[in-house]
Amino acid sequence: MTIALPVDYAGVSMAMTREMIRRGASDLHLVCVPTGGLQVDQLIGAGLVGTVETSAVSLGEAGGAPRFNAAVRDGSIRLKDATCPAIHAGLMAAQKGIPFLPMRGLIGTDLLRHRKDWRVLDNPLADAGDPIVLIPAIKPDVAIFHAPMADRFGNVWIGRRRELAAMAYASTITLVTVERIVEENLLADELTAAGVLPALYIGAVGQAPRGAWPYGLWGEYPPDVAELNRYAQAARTAEGFFRYMAEVGVEAVS
Amino acid sequence: MTAILSREILIYAIAQLLDGVKHVAVGASSPIPAAGAMLLRAMKAAKGEPVPRISVLGSVEHNFFTNGSAELFDCAAQGRIDAFFLGGGQIDGVGNVNLVGAGGYPQSDVRWPGSFGSAYPYSVVPRVILFREEHSPRVLVDKVDFVSAPGVSERGVSRSGGPIALLTGKGLFRFDKSHPGFILDSIHPGYDLDEIKASTGFKFQHADRPGRTASPDGSTLSLLRGKVLDEPAGTYGEFAAKMRAELP
Repeated sequence: MTIALPVDYAGVSMAMTREMIRRGASDLHLVCVPTGGLQVDQLIGAGLVGTVETSAVSLGEAGGAPRFNAAVRDGSIRLKDATCPAIHAGLMAAQKGIPFLPMRGLIGTDLLRHRKDWRVLDNPLADAGDPIVLIPAIKPDVAIFHAPMADRFGNVWIGRRRELAAMAYASTITLVTVERIVEENLLADELTAAGVLPALYIGAVGQAPRGAWPYGLWGEYPPDVAELNRYAQAARTAEGFFRYMAEVGVEAVS
Repeated sequence: MTAILSREILIYAIAQLLDGVKHVAVGASSPIPAAGAMLLRAMKAAKGEPVPRISVLGSVEHNFFTNGSAELFDCAAQGRIDAFFLGGGQIDGVGNVNLVGAGGYPQSDVRWPGSFGSAYPYSVVPRVILFREEHSPRVLVDKVDFVSAPGVSERGVSRSGGPIALLTGKGLFRFDKSHPGFILDSIHPGYDLDEIKASTGFKFQHADRPGRTASPDGSTLSLLRGKVLDEPAGTYGEFAAKMRAELP
């Protein structure tokens, strides 16, 4: 199963991450939009992940992502190293229902050399040779994110975090956790409507207050820097990782 | 006047490298480049000149984008970003940047976060400044282990941007894309040419007696220690706190 997950500042559903680890899964293919952090590191540490397609994975100011780095070293995950605009291009192709999107700036990189699914073509509209890379559509089965609010009609307010919409457009279904559910229709007011991802794209919404913790949520609460640092230290070893997860109430089944 | 910190010399050097830009974007994990851009803006404002637009990714106050994380790259594609910064776990003598890892791929001995969006702005932004504080043979290598973003492109490959300089904790190099390679421009206070040669893993051109990197004057320094350090605090809290703690 392919799962699209957002960048750490856009609204990461850590509440759902913990639930996924409690319930267990295997060989998940994660698509980071366009980078990953704590969420990806925990899913890898808990053994749920087979493949990671990403532009980067790190814990930001807290340092490198320890379980990701360990998994790379021992070869226990497949890596599809990408770059941010290529992830965006792949999702955009899926959004438009086309097989690929051309993209500049990749020729000469080792990313291209290792990505057999990325092809180089001569621009058919140019007179002389003009090589350009084709990025195939990325079509996740599920997109998962956390947002400040949804209404009781299933419309979700994403503000200017348009990568969340891009993920949803490209994915078969989208699962969202929110801080709160409001009574009024978010589409009824033009001010909120402009930042709404309509219910059309949403599979299910669940209420999870502080659902991004220990990440922050834009406009709501800041990241818990001390907790992120605590995780970064604890997860340096597999034992430390499982001990940490048990402390935050998550016993992994796998 | 109080002693000038080595990081203040870097921030001032960045402000000078950015002189004349209309829009500079600073990526995640780049507090010194962000401070350099903000110092330039403060210097321009003090002189009553037009100030550059600064987009700090991940900051609410200093981020003009409303179309998600793709907008930065679209904006660069349209030629609306004049300058950008890149670091790297390894940087080599022809300007190749490695953000992926050292010692083999995919099972790297040392894995770094990944390429982020490096290759694209490196290809289309006209003034890319390579910035890495650590100046050692393990960072400045003869040849990178993985090319996240190439310094130059083959003939026939569309490319409007690329590196113009490499700034480290010890010196400032200019990039000559026709060569291609780096030319030592100046050495920071406290270092000399022998030290630079010993800590650089690639060959570079240099004058017999390279110049000294300029220090900010009193009024520039007070802008830096006042207005500028207040600004990055939102995005780079830990960095700003550390800088403040180091101030004499």
